[in-house]
Amino acid sequence: MTTGSAYLDHAATTPMSPAALAAFVAEAGRTGNASSLHSAGRAARRSVEEARESLAAALGARPSEVLFTAGGTEADNLAIKGVFWGRRRTDPRRTRILVSAVEHHAVLDPAFWLAGHAGAEITLLPVDGEGRLDLAALRAELAAHADEVALVSVMWANNEVGTVQPVRDVVRLAHQHGIPVHTDAVQAVGQVEVDFAASGVDALTVTGHKLGGPLGVGALLARRDLPLEAVLHGGGQERGVRSGTLDAPAIRAFAVAVADAVDQQPERAVALAALRDALVAGVRRADPEAVLRGPEPRADGGAGGAPARLPGNAHFTFPGTEGDSLLYLLDSAGVQASTGSACQAGVPQPSHVLLAMGVPELDARGALRFTLGATSTRDDVDALLAALGQVVERARAAGLVSGPALAGGGS
Amino acid sequence: MRVLAAMSGGVDSAVAAALAVEAGHDVVGVHMALSRNRDQFRTGSRGCCSIEDAGDARRAADVLGIPYYVWDLSERFEETVVADFLSEYAAGRTPNPCVRCNEHIKFEALLDKATALGFDAVATGHYAQVVTRDGAGDAGDAGDAGDAGDAGGAGGTVRRELHRSPNAEKDQSYVLAVMGPQRLARAMFPLGGFTSKEQVRAEAAARGLSVSAKPDSYDICFVADGDTPGFLRDRLGSRPGEVVDVDGNVVGDHDGAYAFTVGQRKGLGLGRPAADGRARYVVDVQVQSNTVVVGPAELLSVDRVAAEKAVWFEMPGAGAGTPDAGSDWYDAELQIRAHGTPVPVQVRTTPGTPGARGAVADDGVPGLEVRLVEAPLRGVAAGQSAVIYRGTQVLGQATVTAAWRA
Repeated sequence: MTTGSAYLDHAATTPMSPAALAAFVAEAGRTGNASSLHSAGRAARRSVEEARESLAAALGARPSEVLFTAGGTEADNLAIKGVFWGRRRTDPRRTRILVSAVEHHAVLDPAFWLAGHAGAEITLLPVDGEGRLDLAALRAELAAHADEVALVSVMWANNEVGTVQPVRDVVRLAHQHGIPVHTDAVQAVGQVEVDFAASGVDALTVTGHKLGGPLGVGALLARRDLPLEAVLHGGGQERGVRSGTLDAPAIRAFAVAVADAVDQQPERAVALAALRDALVAGVRRADPEAVLRGPEPRADGGAGGAPARLPGNAHFTFPGTEGDSLLYLLDSAGVQASTGSACQAGVPQPSHVLLAMGVPELDARGALRFTLGATSTRDDVDALLAALGQVVERARAAGLVSGPALAGGGS
Repeated sequence: MRVLAAMSGGVDSAVAAALAVEAGHDVVGVHMALSRNRDQFRTGSRGCCSIEDAGDARRAADVLGIPYYVWDLSERFEETVVADFLSEYAAGRTPNPCVRCNEHIKFEALLDKATALGFDAVATGHYAQVVTRDGAGDAGDAGDAGDAGDAGGAGGTVRRELHRSPNAEKDQSYVLAVMGPQRLARAMFPLGGFTSKEQVRAEAAARGLSVSAKPDSYDICFVADGDTPGFLRDRLGSRPGEVVDVDGNVVGDHDGAYAFTVGQRKGLGLGRPAADGRARYVVDVQVQSNTVVVGPAELLSVDRVAAEKAVWFEMPGAGAGTPDAGSDWYDAELQIRAHGTPVPVQVRTTPGTPGARGAVADDGVPGLEVRLVEAPLRGVAAGQSAVIYRGTQVLGQATVTAAWRA
C-alpha cells in the first residue's frame, strides 16, 4: 500500500551501508573460529582484531578496552550487572545504582532486576523539561550516599527526544567520589562527536545497527581498571568477561560502519541538522498545536560545542491525538515514523521519558518521533509534510471519539 | 473499501480478516488491548486478552500481509464493560458482558475510531449474517466477505438485516443485536455463511494461519479462571448475609447477595436439603436487604417479560407478524440467553421504561413487553439481554427489567 516510502525511523534501525554489507558478506563466506589455532582460525582472529583496533581508534579507546557483544542491550546489561557485581565484591556496601529517569529500558530494566534479585537500590535521577539531567540532583545524591554507590549510568543522548546529556559533568561529579560512570551512546555515535578517553567515562555502549552496521552486534568499551563481572560465562572470550564465539562477519561489518560513521560525522551532522530544522519548521506549519519535545534545535548545533540535541532527531506531541492513529495514517501515506516509546506486545505505553520530563500522560499519548540518518533526503521530509496536516486532523477526530475520557461523558 | 479487521488472536477473526483481504478490500488488522495490567487477565491462549493472543493476532496479520496495530481500549473497557458488570451484579441483576462489549467497545469505541480514521467498515469473526434487501424486499446475497458500507453510504432503499448464522451452535446474533441498524451498516461478518467451525479451521489451515488449531474461548475474558463469584468478591467486597426460603425461614448464608443469579441452582451452599426434598433455586436476589431467596423450580416460571432501552432493526409489525385485531401485540420469538432456545411470544413496544405488571415509566426511553404464547419461560433475570427474532432475522433487543407470572 506504500509507493515511494519515506523512512524516518533511523533511531530504530538504519539501512546497512554498502561498505558494511560488503565486509559482512566477505567474512561470512569464510570458515573460521577466532579461537581456533589453525590457519582458518587465525584468519578469523585477524579480522576480529583488526576490527577491534579500527573500532577503538574511531571511538578514542584502546583495543583492549573493546568487548564485543550481541548488541546494545547486552552491552548495557553487562555494564549495569557486571559493574554492580564487580564493585560489590570488593565493597559490599556499594548497592546503589544511580541512573537517569530517561534511560533506555536496556539500562533501566537490568537495574531494577538487580533491585529485585540482588539487593540493589535504584535512584532515578530527575531531568528537566527538555529531558536534560538535573546535575544538582546528582550532586546531592552523591554527597549523601557516595559510599554506597556502585555506579552511575547516564546515556549520551536520549533515543526518544534526542537530548544530549552532560556526560562530562556527570563524570566529573562521580569521579570526585571515585564512582565509575557508564554511558549508553547507542544513539550518539555517528550523530555527535563521541570520544571514549576524552569523555572520561568508564564504560560506553555502542551498537552496529543504529549507524549503518548489522543487527545483532555491539560493544561495551570498558576501562581495564573497571571492576566488571561476567554476565555470559563459557569459553572465556573477551577477557573472560563475555564468553561466546566471536561473530567475525558481524564484528568486521560493525567496525567498518563505525569507522565510516565517525569519519563522516562532522559533515553528516550539519546536513542532518539542516534537514531536521526544515522538518521541525514544516511540522509546526502543518500543525500549529504540535509541541516539540526535547531541546529547541539551535542554529549552531553541530558546529563548535556539543549540540543540545541530536541533529537527526525531531520529536513532537500532537494534542488530542493518539500515537497509534498517527502511525497508522502516516504508514498509509508511505511515511514510516515511530511513537518513540517501548511497547509491550505492541500495546502503546505512555513514554517514561516524556513523563519524566513532566509531560502530562494525555499529551504523551500523542507522540511521534522522526529520526534522520545517512540515507535521509529532503524528499523524505517533504513526503511527511505533505501528509501530516490531514493525518493530524484525522487522528484528532479519532481521538475525540475513542479517547478515554469523553468530553462530559466520563464516569 | 478500507476495512479494519478486529483480530483477537483467535482463529475466527483471523479467517474473517483473510476473507476480507481476499474480497479485495484494503485491510488493516487491529488487536484491542482491553487490560493495562495484563497479569489480571487470564493467561494462556483461550481468550482474547493475553499477550500470547496479541502475538497470535500479529502473526496472523503478518501471514496475511496486512498492517497490524494494537489499540489500547483498556480504559473504555474498564469504564463500560467491567463497570457495568460490577454495578449490574451489585444491583442484583445478571449482566452479559459480551453484549456490553459489542455495544460499547467493538461497535462503538473501535468502530467510531475506525470511521474517524477513514475506514469504511469493521470486520469481525462473529457468526452472524448480514442480509441486504432492496426496497421491494428481495433478499440480496449475504456475501461471504460481506458488503458493509454499500448500504450505509449509498443511500437508496437498500436495507440491511441481521440474521442468525446457519451454524446454530456458533450463532452469535444474540450478542450482536445490541448494535442496532446504524452500526450494522458499518459492520462486516465474513464468517456469516459458514456452517461449521471445522470449516473455519480448515480455511485457516489452508492459508497457513497457525491459529487454525487454537482452542475456542468460552469464559468471560476479564474474569481469571472463570471464577465470577471470586472476581465479584474481590471487586465489590465481601458482604455476608442470609439465604431464606419463600416463607422467610433462614436456610443458609452467603458472602454477598450480588453474586447470585435468579435461576441459579448450583453453589448455593445450603447445608440441609429442603423439607420436601426438592431442588431449590434462587428465585429472587434482594440487594437492599442483602438477601437471597430460594424456592422450587415452578416459582421461576414466567409468562411476561419487560425490557428497557429497546433497539430495533425493524419494528415488530412492520411487514410481518399478525396483530390481534385492534391490538398492539405482534407475533415474534424471544431469546434470553446466548445459547438459549427461542420461544414464540407476542411483543409490543412501550413508550417508556417498563417495569413489572404493565407499569411503564414516564421517562421517554422506549422499551418492550413480551408475553409468552405457549409454555412459560424459566429463569429470566433482570439485566439479561432479550432479543426479538422473526425466524432467522433479529428484529430488536432490550435489557430485561422484570419478569412475572400474569
